[in-house]
Amino acid sequence: MSDVLPALGQAVVLVAALALSTPLLGGHLARTYTSERHLRPERLTYRLLRVDPDADQTWRTYALSVLGFSLVGLLLLFGLGRLQQHLPLSLGFDALPADGAWNTAVSFVANTNWQWYSGEAAAGHLLQAAGLTVQNFVSAAVGMSVAAAFARGLARSRAGGRVGSFWTDLVRSLVRVLVPIAVVGATALAVGGVVQSWHGPRDVTTLTGGSQPVLGGPVASQEAIKELGTNGGGFFNANSAHPFENPTPVTNLLEIFLILLIPFAMAWAFGLIVKDKRQGGAVLAVMALLLGVSTALLTWAEMAAPGTAPTLAGGAMEGKEVRFGEAGSALFGAATTGTSTGAVNAMHDSFTAPGGGLTMFNMMLGEIAPGGVGSGLYGMLVLAVVAVFLAGLMVGRTPEYLGKKISQREIVLVALYVLTTPVLVLAGTALALSVPAGLAGLQESGPHGLSEALYAVTSASNNNGSAFGGLTSGTPFWNTLLGTCMLLGRFVPIVLVLALAGRFAGAQRLPAGAGTLPTHRPLFVVLLSGVAVVVVGLTYVPVLVLGPIVESLS
Amino acid sequence: MNTQTLTEPASATARRPLSVQLREALPSALRKLDPRALLASPVMLVVELGAVLTTVMTVVDPGTTSVGVTIWLWLTVLFGNLAEAVAEGRGKAQADSLRALQEETTAYRLTGRPDPARGSLLDRPAEVVPSTSLRPGDLVVVTAGERIPGDGDVVEGVASVDESAVTGESAPVIRESGGDRSAVTGGTIVLSDRIVVRISSEPGHSFVDRMIALVEGSERQRTPNEIALNVLLTSLTAIFLVVVVTLYFIADHSDAGQSVLVLTALLVCLIPTTISALLSAIGIAGMDRLLQRNVLAMSGRAVEAAGDVDVLLLDKTGTITLGNRQACAMLPVAEVPDADLADAALLSSLADETPEGRSIVALVRGDDARPPVPATATLVPFSASTRMSGVDLPGRSVRKGAASAVSRWVEEQRGVVSHQVGELVEGISRSGGTPLVVAEQRAGEEPRVLGVVHLKDVVKPGMRERFAELRSMGIRTVMVTGDNATTAAAIAEEAGVDDVLAEATPEDKLALIRREQEGGRMVAMCGDGTNDAPALAQADVGVAMNTGTTAAKEAGNMVDLDSDPTKLIDVVEIGKQLLITRGALTTFSVANDVAKYFAILPAMFVVAFPGLDVLNVMRLSSPESAILSAVIFNALVIVALIPLALRGVRYRPSSAAALLNRNLLIYGVGGIVAPFVGIKLIDLLVSTLPGA
Repeated sequence: MSDVLPALGQAVVLVAALALSTPLLGGHLARTYTSERHLRPERLTYRLLRVDPDADQTWRTYALSVLGFSLVGLLLLFGLGRLQQHLPLSLGFDALPADGAWNTAVSFVANTNWQWYSGEAAAGHLLQAAGLTVQNFVSAAVGMSVAAAFARGLARSRAGGRVGSFWTDLVRSLVRVLVPIAVVGATALAVGGVVQSWHGPRDVTTLTGGSQPVLGGPVASQEAIKELGTNGGGFFNANSAHPFENPTPVTNLLEIFLILLIPFAMAWAFGLIVKDKRQGGAVLAVMALLLGVSTALLTWAEMAAPGTAPTLAGGAMEGKEVRFGEAGSALFGAATTGTSTGAVNAMHDSFTAPGGGLTMFNMMLGEIAPGGVGSGLYGMLVLAVVAVFLAGLMVGRTPEYLGKKISQREIVLVALYVLTTPVLVLAGTALALSVPAGLAGLQESGPHGLSEALYAVTSASNNNGSAFGGLTSGTPFWNTLLGTCMLLGRFVPIVLVLALAGRFAGAQRLPAGAGTLPTHRPLFVVLLSGVAVVVVGLTYVPVLVLGPIVESLS
Repeated sequence: MNTQTLTEPASATARRPLSVQLREALPSALRKLDPRALLASPVMLVVELGAVLTTVMTVVDPGTTSVGVTIWLWLTVLFGNLAEAVAEGRGKAQADSLRALQEETTAYRLTGRPDPARGSLLDRPAEVVPSTSLRPGDLVVVTAGERIPGDGDVVEGVASVDESAVTGESAPVIRESGGDRSAVTGGTIVLSDRIVVRISSEPGHSFVDRMIALVEGSERQRTPNEIALNVLLTSLTAIFLVVVVTLYFIADHSDAGQSVLVLTALLVCLIPTTISALLSAIGIAGMDRLLQRNVLAMSGRAVEAAGDVDVLLLDKTGTITLGNRQACAMLPVAEVPDADLADAALLSSLADETPEGRSIVALVRGDDARPPVPATATLVPFSASTRMSGVDLPGRSVRKGAASAVSRWVEEQRGVVSHQVGELVEGISRSGGTPLVVAEQRAGEEPRVLGVVHLKDVVKPGMRERFAELRSMGIRTVMVTGDNATTAAAIAEEAGVDDVLAEATPEDKLALIRREQEGGRMVAMCGDGTNDAPALAQADVGVAMNTGTTAAKEAGNMVDLDSDPTKLIDVVEIGKQLLITRGALTTFSVANDVAKYFAILPAMFVVAFPGLDVLNVMRLSSPESAILSAVIFNALVIVALIPLALRGVRYRPSSAAALLNRNLLIYGVGGIVAPFVGIKLIDLLVSTLPGA
């Protein structure tokens, strides 16, 4: 088949690029979060913020800083949305409704970028640039900071629960990582053909001779951070399927690379921070394994195109861009749901039934393969603690991860973390399917309608932000429900992870011996992958059965 | 070494067939159905609530499936209780035989103020009181044939005591005042002589009381690890509760609404009932396994800690070496013929009853028979001050002993000790042996050193392999000895220990333990003397010898009734086995869920979505029988695993990686596969039932 070669080609190029970038950026990240030196722009920022960059915060202070900082961002975005018509560069758009402004504010602060509105039809340049794009940067930096704090907690020994300074982590994530790479990425994308301008809508004459307004704007700059920060909020409603955002297979591949760049590098950095490269390697391997398998399955599902309609049409091309094809869409789909990005270059609603189910399963994994910037790493590490606890007893010792004993207090935090998202997803879905306001948003009934609701709640609770399509979510009910899911799905786990980091930082790091469970060997990689799939599988299989699985089998 | 088990009835209980044990445990299991008894295990409480729910629904709307599901849900709870009751029942018999020791006896309590001038305490007047009225500090006198009325230390006299009721060892032991063999246990019987005992325990808090509480499991507190595991199991239960409750609404939306009965069955199958039902039985059985080897653990926490041990402190003498030195070579000084040295060494050892003396005779003569001591001989016994022994014959004196002592003896008689002696002595010391210098003086001659006997510490057979095993488990062994560094290093080398603490004082031991603990390592040790007490208390696992002092027994968290220091290694293995059993059954329990989904989910939804029949990979006969079979399997697997929970999973010392490999394969992969087979078989049976 002629499609197979390009499919393999893009995978090979991507793997090669990541293999090159991961150790390089990983090393840079590790230095970023452990260095004693402050750069000049950073010192300036600290003075402006009036914070002491060398203060070693306890996990409580760190968590309060994260929450406080995010709250300010939330209020600012809410204000920008509600007051849009009074502010410059509004392009004449009206204020967002209250529930919509809340949803959008939470969405961008929580690194989700769920968009109930069409970017080109509701958000002016000021809201886009000063509100949403800024949050694209800082919400990503928050995730990276929390992951860095967690890694430090594991690395330290008897540090009295101190995990570092949030403000330092935040500023360094921006200054040393996100901004420089975003600038390079945006330039590359613009060179590749992505639009970058400050124009308002322009009228163009269409092929049929009619006239249509076409909006340009600072697309490439937003596109770069959208992918890099695993944000996913598109300038246009069509997101990365829009030719101004993602014009060619080359930009498509570049965007996928940007999506995966930091999450993989964070895992490498983790190994360096805990001073055991092999541990980072193992985490990286689990991420790569899960992503590889899901990409392969998704690509197979789309290219083999089971189902009546695709067979008749000669391919499952409905809802996909011809310039990317099935494989290009599948790879993007796996990357965007394996991370917390949520950008789309095809309508997941139109994926084949097993394909749609796979994208959901990717998100249900908790987005750990490789996950959102930072959040993927700490999500994976929490699962590693679960795996260590389950299997660790089997080697006849009190379970320990990286020399930290897992006792009752730790396991309570881990259990709450593992509980949070499933409760949000399942309770949210059940609620949406039980009340008329929820059902009103669904385009279809039956299993596909279920999938629409399930996908939306899963996407919000896991801070992915991608939409299945088909769901009309811009209603007060859905805006409120999804906003709540995004908020709790982001910040409850963050607080729990920081508490866990504090516990670990206070504990002694025990030396490893032949009697301790090795957490860097292939066996552990398989075990951790297995635990992730089984635990998530057991939680979501019943509801998946009623949605995508029934669809696939009928 | 004593290999008897604690008490005869106990091993008889363990030997009886499981079916009998199960039957006997039934009443206790039924009593445990009281929900208050289940509060400690939220998982089983959920099962019981589910059983109540289905009972109500079955009464309202009876049907074959609902009756079946209800019965089997109750059985699930009952089987869980049964596991615990069986584990506890094993201790009951032991407790009964121990209780017999506690019957009230009369005690002769000394009265009057202590008066040093009056000499022996035994002469003081005594009053007759019941043993229950004795308080710590009271002095009692016990005469041959009487039962010792309470725990305490002998303060005067020597007696042979029959401790078989506590230790199972039938040979009587000597208990005497002073030193490390002064502790006596209440309930044991004095066979000869009279002793005065200072009582050290309150009534009801004696050693036997504690033993009874331990074997009955009534004092059982859940261990840190068990609590953490319970948290995880509870949170899994919470997740599945959310899954099932939300499924009710979601299924409704899909027009595939499910009855509460089916959802309850699903819930019970998904929550980790197997491990929750067996969890406490595993803990009790772990303590029981220690008891079978005559080790009393004062808390489950100590057993668990034993599994975590990183460093073992082992005393050289009696643990690593046989405890006595054996002569292995005779090294004569240059001009002395071998036969002269052999003859003198033999002569000086004829009356020497120590193992060292015997071994010299054996080395010289090649057999154990010893020739009679010449009638003209005057024996010079060994004393701590002279540090030598020997024999005086008419016209000839022979001495053997420590190099410095014998050299002094020679020099005092104006003899000369050659350099060569010093070299020989040095050489033997360096090789880990103990040199014994032999010298003689014939009438009219200058005394001279004949040569040196090489006494060797004999390392117990198999120790090297044992330490290699420990090393593969990640446990470091440190040999503790009073020997000098050179000797210690040589023996350490031979025995294959990892480290050595030479010329060790009790303070050194304590400091070593502290140092290891600072580095985050867990330390186990054993000891018997009063001066071991601080170290025993400091160690994470301290095994006190039963022959030891009361202070040592109270400082440690385990007591070895056989007083066999080697058993420390067994203790570590039992601790590990306990944790492995928990982990293995947890993994098994969770892995089981995969198959249960394949049984139940198609059964639930196949009517609404016929396409789901593809997922019915076991080809179960009907939706009803599929659900019932899963519930039955879920209950029966508990009973099937009771023996494993009581026995513990098989454990061979090996590295963590190897253990994980093996156990993941058996209990992880096996846990996924087993229920597919089990549920299918049960379905074949169930489908033959009428109405199913």
